[in-house]
Amino acid sequence: MEFFKKKTRINFMGQRRRWYAVSAALVSASLVLLLVRGLNLGIDFTGGVVMEVSFPQAANLDKVRSSLAQKGYGDAVVQSFGTSRDVLVRLLPEEGKNVNAVSQDVLAAIKAYDGSAELRRTEVVGAQVGAELAEQGAMAALFAFLMIMGYVALRFQWKLGVGSIVAALHDPIIILGIFAATQMTFDLPALAAILAVVGYSLNDTVVVFDRIRERFILTRKGTPEEIVNLAINETLSRTLMTSVTTMIAVLSLLFIAGDMLRGFSVALTIGIIVGTYSSIYIASSIALDLKLTARDLLPVQKEKDTVDDMP
Amino acid sequence: MHSYPAWKIWLVFVALVLGLLLALPNVFGDAPALQLSRNDRTAVTDAGKQQVLATLQSQGLVAESAYLEGDRLVLRFHDVDAQLKARDVVQDESGREYLVALSHVPRTPGWMRALGLQPMSLGLDLRGGVYFLYEVDVKGAVTQLLSSMERDYRQLLRNERIPFTGVSSDGNDTVRIDLRSGEAATRVTTLLRKQDPNSTIDASTLGEGGSVTIRLSPAQIKQRQDFAIQQNITTLRNRVDELGVTEPIVARQGVDRIVVQLPGVQDPNEALRVLGATATLEFRLVDDQNDVALADRTKRAPLGSKLYYSREGQPVLLKREMIVSGEQLTDASSGFQEGEPAVMVTLDARGASQMLETTRQNLGRPMAVVFIEKKRVAEGQPCKGIRSGTECTEEEVINVATIRGVFGSNFQITGVMANEARELALLLRAGSLAAPLYIVEQRTIGPSLGQDNVQRGFKALIVGLIGMFIFLGVYYRKFGVVANLVLLSNMVLLVALMSLLQASLSLPGIAGIVLTVGMAADANVLIYERIREELRNGNSPHAAINAGFDKAFSAIADSNITTLIAGIVLFTFGTGPVRGFAVTLCLGILTSMFTALLCSRAYIHLIWGRRRKLASLPI
Repeated sequence: MEFFKKKTRINFMGQRRRWYAVSAALVSASLVLLLVRGLNLGIDFTGGVVMEVSFPQAANLDKVRSSLAQKGYGDAVVQSFGTSRDVLVRLLPEEGKNVNAVSQDVLAAIKAYDGSAELRRTEVVGAQVGAELAEQGAMAALFAFLMIMGYVALRFQWKLGVGSIVAALHDPIIILGIFAATQMTFDLPALAAILAVVGYSLNDTVVVFDRIRERFILTRKGTPEEIVNLAINETLSRTLMTSVTTMIAVLSLLFIAGDMLRGFSVALTIGIIVGTYSSIYIASSIALDLKLTARDLLPVQKEKDTVDDMP
Repeated sequence: MHSYPAWKIWLVFVALVLGLLLALPNVFGDAPALQLSRNDRTAVTDAGKQQVLATLQSQGLVAESAYLEGDRLVLRFHDVDAQLKARDVVQDESGREYLVALSHVPRTPGWMRALGLQPMSLGLDLRGGVYFLYEVDVKGAVTQLLSSMERDYRQLLRNERIPFTGVSSDGNDTVRIDLRSGEAATRVTTLLRKQDPNSTIDASTLGEGGSVTIRLSPAQIKQRQDFAIQQNITTLRNRVDELGVTEPIVARQGVDRIVVQLPGVQDPNEALRVLGATATLEFRLVDDQNDVALADRTKRAPLGSKLYYSREGQPVLLKREMIVSGEQLTDASSGFQEGEPAVMVTLDARGASQMLETTRQNLGRPMAVVFIEKKRVAEGQPCKGIRSGTECTEEEVINVATIRGVFGSNFQITGVMANEARELALLLRAGSLAAPLYIVEQRTIGPSLGQDNVQRGFKALIVGLIGMFIFLGVYYRKFGVVANLVLLSNMVLLVALMSLLQASLSLPGIAGIVLTVGMAADANVLIYERIREELRNGNSPHAAINAGFDKAFSAIADSNITTLIAGIVLFTFGTGPVRGFAVTLCLGILTSMFTALLCSRAYIHLIWGRRRKLASLPI
């Protein structure tokens, strides 16, 4: 079986203005959402208390809430988690309150509602630790970018490098935008997934660029636009194929692995779609608009050496 | 005919055989177990093992398997029910001798254990357990040092017969001694300077009186803080050992933090109580000369006595003078004394001689045991005792008994419940903390959630794999089947590496495996797409295979390196489960490169490479 029986001849580069517009719209919408609504940060980053409780039958969330309110935790977020029997209680840290005592209080309140409730998970993160985890996460993201940029700069000509870095920034911004739009909890695993997406998306881009380099060196005729198109078309079935296999893996995580990995799987799912799109439409287009030519990619001739070797 | 060096085929073969062997322990699953270690820290002997087994047998309990591992005896049971019954039996019959821990051990056969083959170690999110991040109150450590200095100075001044009006500290770095005269101040200064050359010691006179200030140097403070953290880690380790947790982790993190991981612990509060509490005992004579009821009514104790309450709330008057304090305890264990739960206590030489003296002189009079517990309580939480800030000190008389004989270093205390006896013995043994600890992060995963996570994670892995197998098989036909074989080899090698390194597998770690399998397929895709292209360009099948592998190499290497970079950064910055993800991601990339480049080529060579005539490839 093949996706494309014949060689495809899609003029990707001809449509690049349209896709620039689409990407610009998506990225600016994401940035606006991030600024206006912000991310719904998990307690990993904010500090606070999260408790997952399992009841023998479907839980009445209102009653759980009122039971918590009686203990003075009226501002607790109570929601069902996965099934109607599983309930997640979330509390932000309060000044001067011992978070551990809070978790004991919350458990007592839940037991008051239903004594047979089973505590499945408690996470208590002090505000200070939360701030540190957020800082560490930001540092990790920054370092990952710097190192990948360094690698790209060493490995590729700068025009291709700029293209791949724009694509690598484009993907996480859109993922974050979707997290801001849906207000899905953004936690540490989701951050890890975003960094993995950056790696994945670059991986796609690198394969296309490898082919562009090869084509520029082998094919002497044709405009740069035609050559880039050819390279993308040649790698197209591979790009799609990889997206499909990775997607199969990620979808099985999304649907089966459960709610603890929800943020992680969602970030990956979006990331694969956006990453595939950006490596086809964005990365190469930018290199092309930076006036990429065969000359940029040919190995540098060492004329001096030959002169020096003359007797 | 397609040529491929034989050594590469052998390399693949050896790697796969080793991989299978290393991965094999993972297929057996695990079973509930007990781990017994001797209270005196010596190794369990074979005779000891037989004795425990006989004890269990007498109660109709049979262990599925019993073996010695290091210093410990491991007893494996068929179900949790048998495990819990056996624990009670062992604790009741040989609780003095053994420390019993509940755990899960792999069902791997004996010969595998002998070879040192172990399954992957599961992280807390898969196994259930608690994680604590403590912050050491380094300032508190200095305060403690200052108050012990205060005590020492008082003692010194008394010994030297120098009258003083007060000794106090500012809680930061200075202790101040107030004296009757300026002359005394100079004398004390000379005395102290000789004793402690590192601190800044100044004398001053104020009217009639004089005072001496002793200020700690920054180096002394730093040293004290480091000492406190190290000491706390040691104490926490001891307490964790006492909890009987298998494979616990106690480690310093950063400047003033300590991480504690307790797999399998289900009640974080119990663990917290044991880890964070400080308990001590005091032995005092009962004041039977004065009226207890009067003291209780007026809340005032007569001179030389102090009013205490028993567990049941009964008032008791005790002499202020202590016979023996907790610091003189060298060992404590729990057991039974005439059917009643008891704590057996051993005193050091000084304590023993004091006890001997007191019991000899006070035969027939009552003596009391006071239990003192210091713990941290939150704002608004009740504290039955004396509260100072968040510290709550509770004092209770747990036992009043008539001295019936003269005794010295060894004796028993009764009047506690069975589980209390265990906890008390444990707290007494484990020592006290050098500086206060605060919990800044705590995560608890219940055992049922851990189980669910394992099941869901592996189900996702299997469903993902099957989906990919079907897709690759349909898309690349027979070559797809080879790709599937390669993916399977990749799984085997990855699991083998994880088992070998004993890196802990977390739920995001499983996700990392799923993801790398998806990405491992990519390397095969790159190669096959190249082979197809070469075929389309009119190359012969053998030439197409060679060209496909050669030309795909740089793309495979390049593309994997970017993901590897992301993985390494995550490993460096991540903690806990995220780090688990980074580990599987990085290892998965390495194994997928190995399998895609070497295994895949070896399989293709073995299937098609040796055919002389090959008209087309089933790709």
